[in-house]
Amino acid sequence: MLFQALQKVLQTAIVLLVVSVASFSLLKLAPGDPIELMLGTEYSPEAHRSLIMELGLDRPAVEQYVLWIVKFVQGDWGTSYVSRAPIFQYAFVEALPVTLTLAVSALGLAILIGVPLGVLSAIRKDTVWDAGAAAFALTGTAFPSFYLGILLIWIFGAYFGWFPTMGFVPPWEDFRGGVYHMILPAITLSTYFMAMIVRLTRANLVEVLEQPYIAAARARGEPNWRVIWLHAMRNVLMPLVTVLGLQLGTLLQGAVLTETVFSLPGVGQMITNGVLNREYGIVQAGVMMTGGLFILMNLLVDLLYPVLDPRLRPR
Amino acid sequence: MTAIDIPSRNRNPAVRQLIAGLLRLFRGSPFFAASAIVTLGFLAAAIFAPFVAPYSPTFQDSAAFMAPPGASHWFGTDSFGQDLLSRVIHGTRYAFLIGFGAVLIGALGGLAVGLAAGLIGGALEWVLMRIVDALLALPSLVMAIAFIAILGQGVDKVVYAVGIALIGPFARTVRADVLQVRAQGFVEAAGLMGINRLRIVWRHILPNVIFPLSVQATVRISEAILVSSGLSFLGIGVVPPTPDWGLMISEGRAFVSFAPWMSGVPGAALALLLIALSIVGDGVRERFDPKLRTNGSGSK
Amino acid sequence: MTPTLAKLAETAPPIIDRVQRDKLLRLSNVNLRRNGRSVLDNVSFELMQGETLGLVGESGAGKSTIALAAIGLLQGAGIDLAGEIRFADHGNLLELAESEWAKLRGRQIGMIFQDAASALNPSYNVGRQLGDPLRRLLGLSRPDARRRSIELLESVGLNDAEARLKAFPHELSGGMQQRVMIAIALACNPVLLLADEPTSALDVTIQAQIMQLILNQTRTRGASCIFVLHDLALASQTCDRIVVLYAGQVMERGNADVVLRRPLHPYTQALKSCVIELDTVTLTPPVGGIPSLDGMPQGCRFAPRCPRATAKCAAFTPPLQSLEGRHVACWHPG
Repeated sequence: MLFQALQKVLQTAIVLLVVSVASFSLLKLAPGDPIELMLGTEYSPEAHRSLIMELGLDRPAVEQYVLWIVKFVQGDWGTSYVSRAPIFQYAFVEALPVTLTLAVSALGLAILIGVPLGVLSAIRKDTVWDAGAAAFALTGTAFPSFYLGILLIWIFGAYFGWFPTMGFVPPWEDFRGGVYHMILPAITLSTYFMAMIVRLTRANLVEVLEQPYIAAARARGEPNWRVIWLHAMRNVLMPLVTVLGLQLGTLLQGAVLTETVFSLPGVGQMITNGVLNREYGIVQAGVMMTGGLFILMNLLVDLLYPVLDPRLRPR
Repeated sequence: MTAIDIPSRNRNPAVRQLIAGLLRLFRGSPFFAASAIVTLGFLAAAIFAPFVAPYSPTFQDSAAFMAPPGASHWFGTDSFGQDLLSRVIHGTRYAFLIGFGAVLIGALGGLAVGLAAGLIGGALEWVLMRIVDALLALPSLVMAIAFIAILGQGVDKVVYAVGIALIGPFARTVRADVLQVRAQGFVEAAGLMGINRLRIVWRHILPNVIFPLSVQATVRISEAILVSSGLSFLGIGVVPPTPDWGLMISEGRAFVSFAPWMSGVPGAALALLLIALSIVGDGVRERFDPKLRTNGSGSK
Repeated sequence: MTPTLAKLAETAPPIIDRVQRDKLLRLSNVNLRRNGRSVLDNVSFELMQGETLGLVGESGAGKSTIALAAIGLLQGAGIDLAGEIRFADHGNLLELAESEWAKLRGRQIGMIFQDAASALNPSYNVGRQLGDPLRRLLGLSRPDARRRSIELLESVGLNDAEARLKAFPHELSGGMQQRVMIAIALACNPVLLLADEPTSALDVTIQAQIMQLILNQTRTRGASCIFVLHDLALASQTCDRIVVLYAGQVMERGNADVVLRRPLHPYTQALKSCVIELDTVTLTPPVGGIPSLDGMPQGCRFAPRCPRATAKCAAFTPPLQSLEGRHVACWHPG
């Protein structure tokens, strides 16, 4: 099992490498002269040349890449042209926690509500509950999240005035304020996943409940709630986690949009501003972070499989 | 040159099967029928936009800035006085244009990469697969953003960016299909009989891969529209005054409290189309995907 | 007696003298319709305490359905179950509320399923699946349950029982899985054991062992067992009584040796002729198959395939009549 895990880690490292190459190429392919942007409007040819040499931009591309990746891994992500602040500070320390808080809240909400709803839908199969859940599942996955966010802002923010409609308050500093500011964004982001979880849970649970070992458990006198939650759901976890793992990218994607709707200073907004301001260093950092995060999460999920399914463990 | 050729799927009955299948879907589920009609309605609006829309999408009615829905402007106007109904109708054009265009690029690119990854084998295949993994590592939106950074903004740039971002997912399904077809006996038999490799690809592998690919493409159109709207919403997609729904929603965002129709109307159109496409896509996939796998590949 | 059996004897129901055995299970006029179609038609038979009964018939005859009904696991929409299934002093099982079933299942009635591989939860190890009923139904503490689990596993013929506790179902062979299932079914010493084709999924070489195991276990505990089988030969070797079922109707029933030595019903006779004996070469299996649920004939359901069928057979269902020491449902027995 250790060998398998190591193999996966190696594969992950290689994919990360490819992503880094892609990010690096991004900077090289982008239009515009970064030197010009950094020096501003007036500069002398000497300043131009010396900056090029200082940044190592006259060296061959491969060397530049190696330099860059070495610096990147050490946490030197360059400096922003606009704010003159180190990008690492901006991206990793300030923006990432915001996005992570949003993502975790949304996922948590989706699981908390989605799983029971899916279970209900499965055990009340073909009733009005089931139909309702199915309708919710269908619209939830198709509905554009940023529109939902705006609708929520309109109804709960502007009309009722219950929740704040923009800004981020770190829950670790001010829990109540943080929660209040996170509610609408979390609902917005979680809807897609909630719908997906409802659909998946229902489908898998229905299939599992038809298995002989469920009848066998009932024949042993297990009460219904145990049959469902201990015997059946245990076997639903694996396919559920599999598909959710595949959807992690969509979570990040949704976060980008949700952050813009609610003006949360997260990675999404950072990347968008980076594109608008032609701050390719920031876009680069954002792409690397997103890709890296996604790959790492997938690795975690991969390593989680044998834990969930005893059949995948070594004999 | 071999005289014998192994018969592959006969294409004419397949087309008839396709139509028969679609008709059965129509009759079977009222939801599917309704969604299909809605989608066709949007499509018609897209094609006949200039004839259907009451105003030009960029005409600014100085008498009615941010007017609520009323007699002269059924869906109201935006902050520039542009009629929302007309902009929504014209927006359908852009939605489908971008959706189809991006899916086309993604499907063709995915086909090429997937075929290569599935057929080459050896170390090259491994490398290619890692690249595909890397392509898949970034969610479509983020990758599209990155490409917009390189290419710039505009409708065509959006099509390219979203299209390239879709290559990864398509490549993955194509490769899986190629591997599955390869595992079937008749491909090996053809190889053993000395039939030219390219011919094998053309006559045997390709037909069995194209159909699932088309099914996938239908399903991904809604994703393409969603991503492109997202890009425009973020402000890095199409440029104003293009009547793109995402852009319109973004423009209306600041005025939500007193002019909710500015975001509400285009958003509703987007949501409606996406839901309809989703139902149609689901129905198509259910009907054709598993069937294709058993039909074209012999016994399963 | 080994320490294991001694311990088992403590919790086992008393072995009643053969002469005075009580009726343990009695089915009277059990009718089952599923979505309007008749699945079971007037099924009646009895089982005494300590007896083994073989429910024999082709696939689709309704045998497993009866077993599931007896443990209250018949599920699904459109089920209409009528009649009586009297169990010991618990009254009619068909009228039992779900909360009352909780006292019976696992404790008084146990069930062994056909395919042990799919009847064991793939996510939990053997120890967990065996220990659960012991702890919940018998209230044993964790260490006690563990000890008892080891004893049970040994009694069903699994050596190295302690290691087996940690094993997962997919790590065991088919025969071992079935033994584990038997251990679980017998864990709380039920008085009635339902075995639904317990050996159909196993290699022929192990079939005999498993059947013998079940027999031994039931006999030692004085429990009764209903075997659902499609193999008449197997039934003849293991069962005291036999009920021959065809398309949901009882064709013949009685003591096994009486019925099998000289079957009176044409279906039983045809089944018997299917059993290949060493000195016979010719086989005359019954022609055709069980009618589909939609096309159930009106009278005797075997009539379409019966060589002796007359118009009366097609029109009227023959009742079970006592004849030559057993009950036969046929207008033309013999």
